[in-house]
Amino acid sequence: MTSQEKPLGVAPVSSRVTQKLSWSMISQHGGVVALIVILLFNILVTPNFLHAQTLFVNISQVATIAIVAVGMTLVIATGGIDLSVGAIMALSGALAPLIFTSPFADANPELGLALAIVVPILVALACGVFNGALVSLLNVQPIVATLIFFISGRGIALVLTNGNLQTFTHPSFSYLGTGKILGFPFQGYLVLVIAVAVWWLMAHSVFGRQLLAVGGNEQAAKLSGVPVKRVKIGAYVICAGLSGLAGLIVVAINSASDAARIGNLMELDAIAAAVVGGTLLQGGKAPIFGAILGAIIIQLVKYTLLANGVADEVALIAKAGIIILAVYVQQARKE
Amino acid sequence: MLDTSAFDLRRYLQGNTHSLGVWITLVALIIFGLLRYDNFGGAYNFSSVLNYNAMFIVIAVGMCFVIMTGGIDLSVGSVAAFTSVIAAYLSPYGIQVALPGAVLAGFAIGALNGFFVVAMRIPPFIATLATMLGAKGGALVISGAQTVSIDWTSNFTYLGMEQAFGILPWTIVITLIVVVILWVVLEKTSLGRTVLAIGGGEDASVMMGLNVSRAKVFVYVLSGGCAGMAGLFLASGFGAGQPLEGIGWELSAIASVVVGGTLLTGGMGSITATVAGALLLGLVFNILNFENGRGVISLSAYWQMVIRGAFLFLVIVFQSRVAQSGKKGTA
Repeated sequence: MTSQEKPLGVAPVSSRVTQKLSWSMISQHGGVVALIVILLFNILVTPNFLHAQTLFVNISQVATIAIVAVGMTLVIATGGIDLSVGAIMALSGALAPLIFTSPFADANPELGLALAIVVPILVALACGVFNGALVSLLNVQPIVATLIFFISGRGIALVLTNGNLQTFTHPSFSYLGTGKILGFPFQGYLVLVIAVAVWWLMAHSVFGRQLLAVGGNEQAAKLSGVPVKRVKIGAYVICAGLSGLAGLIVVAINSASDAARIGNLMELDAIAAAVVGGTLLQGGKAPIFGAILGAIIIQLVKYTLLANGVADEVALIAKAGIIILAVYVQQARKE
Repeated sequence: MLDTSAFDLRRYLQGNTHSLGVWITLVALIIFGLLRYDNFGGAYNFSSVLNYNAMFIVIAVGMCFVIMTGGIDLSVGSVAAFTSVIAAYLSPYGIQVALPGAVLAGFAIGALNGFFVVAMRIPPFIATLATMLGAKGGALVISGAQTVSIDWTSNFTYLGMEQAFGILPWTIVITLIVVVILWVVLEKTSLGRTVLAIGGGEDASVMMGLNVSRAKVFVYVLSGGCAGMAGLFLASGFGAGQPLEGIGWELSAIASVVVGGTLLTGGMGSITATVAGALLLGLVFNILNFENGRGVISLSAYWQMVIRGAFLFLVIVFQSRVAQSGKKGTA
């Protein structure tokens, strides 16, 4: 709905032409409008909404969706999709406790902790290389390519942990999920840093321009000398790496790792956040801050319903409605 | 007589190189199973594999139609869970009410998908994602997130338990009927040709004067109805409506279609090869279970997920090789 294409300087012609119409004004900033409506509703209706505790709960829950949604936005910008993000979260989330509770980490606490963060993310990056290679080298459709890890990634995580819930107490690792700086959750800062970094990457680096070019018109990009295959692999690798990080955060928040549940349905939340944030499924646009906004809207809708006693299952239906509405507005804007 | 049939077979094989792999693999797997395990070819295993996979086959053939138009239907698993609950609630009135009830509920959600895709122009992936969430939510709401037991005094139980004419379980008979009807629709009707034409090129199909919108709504309604049927089988097989089931079924169905040689870009596809693809995936697990039973490998449900992914990977690599060599051949 809203879009951040202005800083990118590649606003599609159609949106520039129709910008004067008021309907398109609403749809351009629909995300912001929706956010304001939800906030007002909550302030008026939801008990204890204006409490610091509420803010912290929402920040820590939105962080993982936002981080994954940023990566998903890059993949969608190439015209692809990544279904494997939730499974990759499960995989990295299962690996970390295995590493920092190992005898080796007991002997070398600092090194153990560092490895518990680095190794899972490296594994996640490797998954991204696999996804990207299938898509760009073997020309497999992204849905099918990422389906492989969607199915087997969680399986590998379950095999590694034998399907057991791993609980642990490890204050240094848990800082990733429960730490606070100046009273605000650490993940909140992490999201900001990641969002700004990826935004900069997309707006000011050669890679960012090449990625948008690939999503806009792959054939034209190839003819003008863009290394299409490398760029596409890059998008999947970044997405998978961010998913790995999100997996670590979930595990750190819970002080427990349940491979069967980490990142469950995350691919849907991330896709929904990206789409609500104005990412076109056809590719060619990567509104990073839009994705963050989308993640916040989705989290707030979830929170609003739950805090007002609406059952989880009804919240699913509401989420479905939001996704349809967001894409419909997007389509209407395009035509 | 013999000459003509041999000629036909060769021509069939030449025209169906995409689905050749699945048939060869299926036959090889069956031969392997027959040679290696004593009870593999027994009537019990035969009927239980078919019975268990009937719901996956029905969903996969519906999915095949959607994929042939270049679309996708992610809602089938949730729809099956939803209609299994509907079927369980309708079970006291007997199968004559529960069957049409479940299928109609599936049709309804499929029609919603069709409306989103055709009238609102929402990409199929997103439209069916939304109905996937919606149907899951709906199933949980109406069932209170509990399994809904079915009425065992009604004739509903015939479906899962009794053999039709004393030979095959009813689920298999119904599946066969569905498969045959869909094969006829695809191969012998103008609707089937329109479905294929849309996948080949939607704009061109519109220009040719084909009723593209109608055909696109049709495939989603059809897929929803097939998922509804699968929900009916699910309820009868498990003896209860299962609102929490169906997770990942859309992927099994997509995998069956892809394994059957259909490309996700649409424009071509085969009902029989899709059935073979679904059976192949089912047989892989049947054989893994036999190995497990022999104590050769210890196969947890977790390993099955890993192996399923690895299997899909192999099929994809194989398919991309075939597609590339095909391209070189025609170029």
